[in-house]
Amino acid sequence: MANIISDETIEYVGILAKLELSDEEKEQAKKDMGDMLDYIDKLNELDTTSVEPMSHVFPLNNVFREDVVVNGDDSENILKNAPEEKDGSFAVPKTVD
Amino acid sequence: MDLLNLTAVEVGKKIQNKETSAVEATQAVLSQIDKVENTIHSYVTVDKEGALARAKKIQEQIEAGTLTGPLAGVPVAIKDNMCTEGMLTTCSSKILENFYPTYSAEAVLNLEKAGAVVIGKTNMDEFAMGSTTETSAYGITRNPWNTEHVPGGSSGGSCTAVAANECFFSLGSDTGGSIRQPSSFCGVTGIKPTYGTVSRYGLIAYGSSLDQIGPVAKSVTDCATILESIASYDKKDSTSYKRDSYDFTSALVDDVKGMKIGIPKGYFGEGLDKEVSQSVMAAAKELEKKGAILEEFDLGLIDYAIPAYYVIADAEASSNLARFDGVKYGFRAEEYNGLHNMYKKTRSEGFGPEVKRRIMLGSFVLSSGYYDAYYLKALRTKALIKQEFDKAFAKYDMILGPAAPTTAPKIGASLSDPIKMYLGDVYTISVNLAGLPGISVPCGIDSKGLPIGLQLIGDCFQENKILRAAYAFEQTREYKSPM
Repeated sequence: MANIISDETIEYVGILAKLELSDEEKEQAKKDMGDMLDYIDKLNELDTTSVEPMSHVFPLNNVFREDVVVNGDDSENILKNAPEEKDGSFAVPKTVD
Repeated sequence: MDLLNLTAVEVGKKIQNKETSAVEATQAVLSQIDKVENTIHSYVTVDKEGALARAKKIQEQIEAGTLTGPLAGVPVAIKDNMCTEGMLTTCSSKILENFYPTYSAEAVLNLEKAGAVVIGKTNMDEFAMGSTTETSAYGITRNPWNTEHVPGGSSGGSCTAVAANECFFSLGSDTGGSIRQPSSFCGVTGIKPTYGTVSRYGLIAYGSSLDQIGPVAKSVTDCATILESIASYDKKDSTSYKRDSYDFTSALVDDVKGMKIGIPKGYFGEGLDKEVSQSVMAAAKELEKKGAILEEFDLGLIDYAIPAYYVIADAEASSNLARFDGVKYGFRAEEYNGLHNMYKKTRSEGFGPEVKRRIMLGSFVLSSGYYDAYYLKALRTKALIKQEFDKAFAKYDMILGPAAPTTAPKIGASLSDPIKMYLGDVYTISVNLAGLPGISVPCGIDSKGLPIGLQLIGDCFQENKILRAAYAFEQTREYKSPM
């Protein structure tokens, strides 16, 4: 079955993905996503009802440690990478009026 | 004898024997870079002065007898998705056009401890998403065997840098074949280790449950030696696995007597180029001549690996790439209206089309209402694929097949049809889903003059079996250089 991606879906995914697409990009994204989902639907041929989802191939446990600082203060160098900084902090556009 | 034709371990030996020096080896690759970089474009960044300064310092330590390892003084290139302290790290993306990490990836640190000289950062598909190194924001990389063809990807620059003698070895990363496929296309050797073997700390994440760093080099001996140096248990990577052994060089024995090699029939069906098929089967026969036992078998679920992979990898990518928001580092859009619009504008201008395509699909399959149908379904499929490999490894020491269905395609031939490009990863992708080690070794040249790669896949933690078979095969064949 062919997957038809609606304008609403592309809008919604754009919000989730924090991407602003041009009209042309949106049309392309609708087609690309539909094609990929058609292809991915091949997985429905498999009966997986009694199969546990496997997120990792090895049995991994949470790795706990004491919350002790081991690295030094590197904030000056870290902030050098910031597009904008102010008084030792990352600066962002105004969020509340 | 031209230094540049030596392998990493050979040049390391000459440095220890005082027949050459770290500085000479570094100068040699830097002048080769001057000569070929205009056509090949393996690198995003070449740190000439820094490399020479490091080489000088390392040479002093070698002379003082404090650095005695096999890689001491040997120039190395690092894929541009691994953090290198103070050295530009872009992931071949505009969004990281000005990012200078404040720390180095654990694998890079391990190499530096071993005395390797970091020369620069290699070009790749943007955020490692691609199979051709054509999606880089800094221009394409060309295959040194024929510059009209792609080098493969995503570790394209790491593989061309080795093939074109622009370094003695390199590090790549492999999420769905990104070390093995370009190694195959460029006629070099590359290994993806078992998941958890090399720390991912400082590797800019794409699909965290699939990503592994591994070596690319001119020989199997080099790969085993480099892997021994970069592999480590690392508390800073919560998926790092404490292995019983980190010895890989003891596998370098020319003996495969009694080794059972399974050949999946499904790997040799439709879509496989005839010349690739013949070359890979001829390689299998060489191993048989040396005493290995070949057997064809049915590996199940081959056709389900690619769709499962693209759901899982894109889902993880959409989450991992959420950190690129124009606040802490990298590019920020110039014009925007408020915070959220700044995020959106920054990401839309900073990411290329393939990255956006994958973030969109990843966000969709994780969204409420589709999570079970797509994401969980893919994780269940992954469990079934792992079971198929478990069954195979109960019978065989390793699985043999091609690394890619064709040799390197022409530049511009792949990107227009994403699904067709994705299908090229059919032999490599399931290895990442199951966390297995896989190696690609050059095994032939096709009638177009392009290299063919043999892939050997081992069970988890069985690198030494595939290294041994790869080494034994390598003894039957001379290394061929495009230069």
